[in-house]
Amino acid sequence: MKKSPGIRTETLVKLFIYVALIALAISIVIPVAWVFMASIKENEAFYKNPWLLPEGFHWQNFIEAFRDAKMGDYLINSVMVTTLSLLFLLIVALPAAYVLSRFEFWGSRFLNSFVKAGLFINVSYIAVPIFLMLLSWDASIKPFLDDGLFLNNRVVLALIYASTALPFTIYLLSSYFQTLPSDFEEVAAIDGAGYFRTMFTVMLPMAMPSIIIVILFNFLLFWNEYILALTLMPGENKTLPVGLLNLLAAERAAVNYGPMYAGMVIVMLPTLILYIIVQKRLTQGMTVGGVKG
Amino acid sequence: MDFIQSFQNSILLIVLVAIVTLVLAVFFAAILTNEKIVGSNFFRVVFYIPNILSIVVIAGIFSAVYDPESGLLNNIFSVLKLEFLKQKWLGNQEIVIYSVAGALVWQAIGYYMVMYMSSMASIPASFYEAAALEGAGKFKQFTSITLPLIWNNIRTTLTFYIISTINLSFLLVKAMTGGGPDGSTEVFLSYMYAQAYGNSTYGYGMAIGVVVFTFSFALAAILSGITKRDVLEY
Repeated sequence: MKKSPGIRTETLVKLFIYVALIALAISIVIPVAWVFMASIKENEAFYKNPWLLPEGFHWQNFIEAFRDAKMGDYLINSVMVTTLSLLFLLIVALPAAYVLSRFEFWGSRFLNSFVKAGLFINVSYIAVPIFLMLLSWDASIKPFLDDGLFLNNRVVLALIYASTALPFTIYLLSSYFQTLPSDFEEVAAIDGAGYFRTMFTVMLPMAMPSIIIVILFNFLLFWNEYILALTLMPGENKTLPVGLLNLLAAERAAVNYGPMYAGMVIVMLPTLILYIIVQKRLTQGMTVGGVKG
Repeated sequence: MDFIQSFQNSILLIVLVAIVTLVLAVFFAAILTNEKIVGSNFFRVVFYIPNILSIVVIAGIFSAVYDPESGLLNNIFSVLKLEFLKQKWLGNQEIVIYSVAGALVWQAIGYYMVMYMSSMASIPASFYEAAALEGAGKFKQFTSITLPLIWNNIRTTLTFYIISTINLSFLLVKAMTGGGPDGSTEVFLSYMYAQAYGNSTYGYGMAIGVVVFTFSFALAAILSGITKRDVLEY
């Protein structure tokens, strides 16, 4: 007799917990799933009840998004920019992180804190100054190249992406390098391996877990970034998020919902697929630490 | 005058988003680490999804949710016969800032939850067992074991809340409302961007940028000073 009220509050608490969990899960899953459904709806369906399921697959939306809204071209641009940025980033960040975490030399402490200070710089603050800088560079080479070189250039955008991600990446990688025992390097040195050989054949394979985390985080960052791409690429070569931004604006003016949702699916599908494959690493990688842009 | 408006909006967003996200993230993190939940892995994976979406996609999703005619939110209220709750979520100057805050909280919960979970997971289970033997309830255990031991982590995230809300509110507002209607969702950086890029008064824009940067830095320093406690070791 005495135990039953205790059990009752226990079940009530349990019930409350499940209701809260399920409510949050629904509030996340439903809007995302709804976008997928909306992307295959016909345009008339948007004036009816939004909860109705789509009547068959209306692939026309995707074709329109790819062809008329040029999302296909933008997809290629995004893939190019993201790949190039990751490449540039790794080429610079891996040796830099290794050197900064392992070697003492004149100015190494200053360089370390200099890189850490870079963590506080936010892309949104410096988007306009970067634009002005590239604009003046373009103006100064105008006698030689009429179209300009620095604005509207995918390689330059990739370089800028890579450099904005450098502080965080170096910070994360060098804190991982510091945890690796230095015995391996000593053995490698005794066996006659030079600095480069030690780095490529001994240290980098051991740092693989943190390198994968770095690639994942920065892929999401570069793929989703839009304010730099919007500012620095005013011409034809837009990236996917900027193209989607244009679709959102066009949808507000005219009324053509289908291609807009198709565009949203095109932007988020690669990240979702990647997330489902690597979700364990990504949510555990959080413990390595870091600031979100 | 516009700057003051954007200042007020930013402060409101920082305070609101930080408090709501903090409470919800700590709550869900505590549940998922300490309770035996069926499908806890599923919930963890789902809650993190908003964090991997582009902010432009989030803007698109919430434009669909908040749409006055065919939006999901207003339609739920219609189905539930709560017609009086229907709003022009992005058209009414009084509430549009709260709609933006809702989207920001939605995207932030999972990220901070995972962060708190990782520090809660390192608390030894024996502490809770001892407390349970002493007769402490779940709530008491939470306030006198979990909270003090993750306090340092919470302090760190307070800085993140400030930095990321300033940044993300700009990105979201730019993609979703464009600062409208009539400047009622203008935030720090969107005002800066409009002045520098739209108005071509680059010097003024950059001056705003410097002020905002200094302000966010000072706010983070003050908050971390106020919340300083001795770090408990275990």
